[in-house]
Amino acid sequence: MAIEVLMPALSPTMTEGKIAKWHKAPGDKVKAGDILAEIETDKATMEMEAVDEGTFAKIIVPEGTEHVAVNLPIAVIAGEDESVDDAANAAPAKPRAAAPKAEAEAPVSVEAAPTAPAAPRRETAPAEQEWTGGSVTMTIREALRDAIAEEMRRDENVFLMGEEVAEYQGAYKVSQNLLQEFGERRVIDTPISEHGFAGIGVGAAMAGLRPIVEFMTWNFAMQAMDQIINSAAKTRYMSGGQMQCPIVFRGPNGAASRVAAQHSQEYASWYAHVPGLKVIAPCSAADHKGLLKSAIRDPNPIIFLENELLYGTSEPVPDATDYLVPIGKARIVRPGEHVTFTAFSRMVHLAMEAAEALQAEGISAEVIDLRTIRPLDVETIVRSVQKTNRLVSLEEGWAYSGIGAEISAQIMEQAFDYLDAPVGRVNGKDVPLPYAANLEKLALPQVAEIVAAAKATLYR
Amino acid sequence: MAIAKRKPKSGRNDASAVPDIEPAQLQKFYRDMLLIRRFEEKAGQMYGMGLIGGFCHLYIGEEAVIVGVMGAVEDGDGVVTSYRDHGHMLACGMDPKGVMAELTGRRGGYSHGKGGSMHMFSTEKSFYGGHGIVGAQVPIGTGIAFANRYKNNGKISVTFMGDGAMNQGQVNESFNMAALWKLPVLYIIENNKYGMGTSVMRASASHDLFGRGAPFGIPGHQVDGMSVVAVAQAAAEAVEYVRSGKGPYILEMQTYRYRGHSMSDPAKYRSKDEVNRMRQEHDPIDQVKNRLLEDGITDEAKLKDIDKQIKDIVTAAAEFAQDSPEPDPSELWTDVYGEA
Repeated sequence: MAIEVLMPALSPTMTEGKIAKWHKAPGDKVKAGDILAEIETDKATMEMEAVDEGTFAKIIVPEGTEHVAVNLPIAVIAGEDESVDDAANAAPAKPRAAAPKAEAEAPVSVEAAPTAPAAPRRETAPAEQEWTGGSVTMTIREALRDAIAEEMRRDENVFLMGEEVAEYQGAYKVSQNLLQEFGERRVIDTPISEHGFAGIGVGAAMAGLRPIVEFMTWNFAMQAMDQIINSAAKTRYMSGGQMQCPIVFRGPNGAASRVAAQHSQEYASWYAHVPGLKVIAPCSAADHKGLLKSAIRDPNPIIFLENELLYGTSEPVPDATDYLVPIGKARIVRPGEHVTFTAFSRMVHLAMEAAEALQAEGISAEVIDLRTIRPLDVETIVRSVQKTNRLVSLEEGWAYSGIGAEISAQIMEQAFDYLDAPVGRVNGKDVPLPYAANLEKLALPQVAEIVAAAKATLYR
Repeated sequence: MAIAKRKPKSGRNDASAVPDIEPAQLQKFYRDMLLIRRFEEKAGQMYGMGLIGGFCHLYIGEEAVIVGVMGAVEDGDGVVTSYRDHGHMLACGMDPKGVMAELTGRRGGYSHGKGGSMHMFSTEKSFYGGHGIVGAQVPIGTGIAFANRYKNNGKISVTFMGDGAMNQGQVNESFNMAALWKLPVLYIIENNKYGMGTSVMRASASHDLFGRGAPFGIPGHQVDGMSVVAVAQAAAEAVEYVRSGKGPYILEMQTYRYRGHSMSDPAKYRSKDEVNRMRQEHDPIDQVKNRLLEDGITDEAKLKDIDKQIKDIVTAAAEFAQDSPEPDPSELWTDVYGEA
């Protein structure tokens, strides 16, 4: 059967080109891989190779011709059991009807507009049950350690790796006694190679384990960004759901005290930007434990943001190994009527202080602890705004493209008519964090600023 | 697989250096390499017709590497590679139809059309991708080895990388940890001489790439990656070493890609003579074909029969890849998260 040679597309964007030179003439034998012609595009001259075997029968488009459209028949090859003359005569000299549909210049018609649903299915987090059982008071550091230990006892595939997590017992003493209980097979000290061990964690997760990868601080995880985003977050989607990456990346996030710009960044908005990741930033000890346990059991890559300044805080934690806090659920930690604060991690404490100060002036503030940043519990925020008609977002990180910017947009889209004032934002100042004590204090959100922002929404 | 030293045979000077191999195995190598060659040629043609978009990195010329290595591994050993991955998937036993349909971005593709040329996976065949960032698959492959050791399942990880990946930090970080923890990982460097348009000579201060493991105590050596028999023998020995618990091993395959880095690369950084010399004098498929005929293992008719079978498989794959419908629009939103 005669085989038509079509003008090839030699780059993702090529629509036409010039036939610079024919390397075969009628009568020549053609083997797969032989160079048939040189094709010139606007970018380069490239060789066109034969895919079929046979005898070169006829040139349809002579060399030197410019503006030859992609997919136009340009030559004919006679099949192995066919005469050259038959093939040359049999071949139609016009484009095939069955032109490929993936044409670069295909116009976008209304009918062809995608019929995809306009938004992803919104996952509703399972309802959270109020804890009515007994509690034990412990530090957040201990709550995290207990969460890890309990999950390691529960599931043999859970292991912990990171810098100083084993023999040193954790740079911030979160992993105390884990090496003693679980041994060096499951509690693993890594060299200082964030990119490498994050990727090893990703590979281990893809191969069926449940790694907990500790970053000494999230500042160092920038070294590992490619593995977190390109490998962990995107693999499930790129594989059509075939491959999964159940991994928890955790460590302290945000400013500690006087450690300056490179060790003090707050990363919630960086990771919250990425579909495929879940981002958790708890404040209370109970939430640290319950959410970390949920994170370890979750089949997705999780970014778990802790805070060094909170590690020593002692609070009651439910006394049960099956106590889980659902991912994706915010919590109203102080009900109020006049203005809503959204906050996460350490900023919840500042929100509570500001609410207390406002109470003295007769202003009742509702404080929402977001707990999970992605998926964000927008429903809880909207319901609160429907009641208070005012919203101030608190965030230690920078305002620009921050979580507050996202919340503002969501509330504008979903509760615009309920707002009696523009959404307020209190953020870290738009500078790298300074070292000097007075400057550092100025750079971070202060209670007085939160109070002022709340009053501004009340025009007071 | 059975590889022994080839018995000296009159009229053949290099006989003692060439390992012997079972005729059936050699014929299988021929078939497997030819499948990759024909598949890739077809992919190139379909790219030219606009049926395949984006980046498309062909493996033509390098077939002996994956085919020889796969001859030495066992079921359940993990395989992971970079974006020049079609050959690896076929050699792992993945269905050519599913691979080609992924190239055309259709529903029947391994990733339902959501991954494309560089992102396909098969849990069934222990193929862990297809990775688009140079070097990123190396820690991942090391992590697969970590998981194998953790589970104590006797499996190894075979982690492929190009010469370009050797200068990535995460590759060296992985080498260090793999050696430190004696992980069962076989690193295969596919040195095709060029990282896109930059030759190894212009990119690497040291050119013996297998030597990059030396600072960590990882043994390794170079292999003629155009000879599938040499590859198979070296891989068999290296696999045995790795599986025995001695830690990682590095094989540097001296190979060559005939085509450009990707479809849109005119390959002006090397001479036509260089390419032609490799094709004419070192082609991995021709080498095996000649030996099959010379040794009387098979005849022209049998080879023609194999060619025909391969052609049919590739044609069927190409047809499937064009007939399979585009993904349903609702697929846009699926597989971002797994159900907790």
